[in-house]
Amino acid sequence: MPVVQLQRIAQARSGDKGEGSNVGVLARSEAAYEFLVKVLTSERVRAHFAAINPGGVKRYEAHNIRVLNFLLEDSLGGGGSASLLTDAQGKTHGLALLRMELDVPEAVLAVTPAPAPVGAQR
Amino acid sequence: MQHNRKDKVLIANGQGFWGDSILGPIRLVKEGPLDYLTLDYLAEVTMSIMQKLRARRPDQGYATDFVKLIERILPDLVDKGIRVVANAGGVNPHACKDAVLAVIRKQGYNGIKVAVVEGDDILAGLDGLMAAGETFRNMDTGAPLTDVRERVSSANVYLGAFPIAEALGQGAQIVITGRGTDPGLVLGPLIHEFGWQKGDWDRLAAGTVAGHIVECGAQCTGGNYTDWRDVPNMALIGYPIVEAHPDGSFVVTKHAGTGGMVTRDTVVHQLAYEMGDPAAYITPDVVADFTSFELTDEGHDRVRISGVRGKAETPTYKVSMSFQDGWKSVGQLTVSGPDALAKARLSARVVWERLAYDGFEYSPAERLEEYVGANVCHRGLEVKGADAPSEVVLRLGVKGPDFHKVERFGPELVPLVTSGPPGVTGFAGGRPKATEIIGYWPALITKDKIQPRVTTFEA
Repeated sequence: MPVVQLQRIAQARSGDKGEGSNVGVLARSEAAYEFLVKVLTSERVRAHFAAINPGGVKRYEAHNIRVLNFLLEDSLGGGGSASLLTDAQGKTHGLALLRMELDVPEAVLAVTPAPAPVGAQR
Repeated sequence: MQHNRKDKVLIANGQGFWGDSILGPIRLVKEGPLDYLTLDYLAEVTMSIMQKLRARRPDQGYATDFVKLIERILPDLVDKGIRVVANAGGVNPHACKDAVLAVIRKQGYNGIKVAVVEGDDILAGLDGLMAAGETFRNMDTGAPLTDVRERVSSANVYLGAFPIAEALGQGAQIVITGRGTDPGLVLGPLIHEFGWQKGDWDRLAAGTVAGHIVECGAQCTGGNYTDWRDVPNMALIGYPIVEAHPDGSFVVTKHAGTGGMVTRDTVVHQLAYEMGDPAAYITPDVVADFTSFELTDEGHDRVRISGVRGKAETPTYKVSMSFQDGWKSVGQLTVSGPDALAKARLSARVVWERLAYDGFEYSPAERLEEYVGANVCHRGLEVKGADAPSEVVLRLGVKGPDFHKVERFGPELVPLVTSGPPGVTGFAGGRPKATEIIGYWPALITKDKIQPRVTTFEA
């Protein structure tokens, strides 16, 4: 199976949620959603964010909009105005998750549209 | 509320937060048809800042940007009959209303009604409510409010959408609220226009989903979008418009000819923003189910949402409180290459050692060291080039309960320019100063303790 970054088959948005952040992962196809439901577990996401989030990770599913929603419980260095971090609101955590490398079956890649290549800006 | 019901209402949101571009709402009222313009100015920290402003000056404590906006768009609002719903009132909605009425009179209009929705501010009555049995336990930690009571600086209930609908029913063209839910700014006009009632859970949920999609302005029209290369004309990005129907179905769109884009994916991006449990999005009006509905991309910047389901409201309001939670101080310098990262690391060590020499030591939890340019945002991940940046921004900070200790940090940053390694520059902001940390205390209150009030005034 080819190794690709998560961004090949998903988009993401993140933001602050109390002292943690949420990362919504948007599958680019139905096949990608079904694949990610199986492999993108909260344990795997927790390991990916180990240096950013000392807290737990909880996952929710919204199949109708092909979203897996991850709550990172302690990812903002205190959160709100108590955080000293540059990214005190977790705005960049979505892009951080999209850097994750995954073994994705050819069959999933074949039916999942890829993002525009670098340099293709309109 | 007996009047002819429309079968389609256009509601736009022109402000995602206090500080959003003033061009959003100005262009919304000029560049296409609109029935309602909503504006969101409040964040958790904002209420505490506004309480301080009001304590200093009794005519302050609201979003002054809103008054400047009304100055610019009032003629369009009058000509086109556009009604405005804004949570610009902060902790002083009557002062905001007075300033708006003054603008209306100054521009020579009369007969325009401005309504104030209040009853959200419970700071003055907090001790009475606690004596009557409200514990205001922190929703995240479970701690009772007595832990921080003497440091509380603001306390506001998130009111729902029905008081906004009541204000519109009184004929207000401009509705000014204090703290309320963000989606309520959109749901309120829908309740008013379509005659939705308490208990219409599915339709109240639909209006809540609509409000959530547009509440951050351009974040659903191509702003902050993963595939940013696909977004046309970001400079003149269109702000979002909900085209709503009485059955609860609605289309998310934007004015023709504006930049950005509305697609299934840009809308789903915003649905995922600040998401908790998608099956239970709780507001004072309803519990909306974000897993229930269907999205259809109709092309031409139109995305239809239908089939939203909702469940009964909860017996409590959410309360947002802020309290004094210590001090912090942050500053930065730029370190050029060669060997930028190594020199920046040395610079940080120099600052901490000089402070220690003077008797001020900060634990790892009390201090921050960031090397911006060397993968600060995605720390812990392998990112190409992060170990050898050509230059870095060294960002240092401290925090804690002791003002004197936090304030001592600032003066030791700038001396690095002459007594540190070579290539240290970019010190433009002056000495970092200790600023207050505003703690956030989310809690609940039983609904019958709160009486929202609506009052209408005429210029």
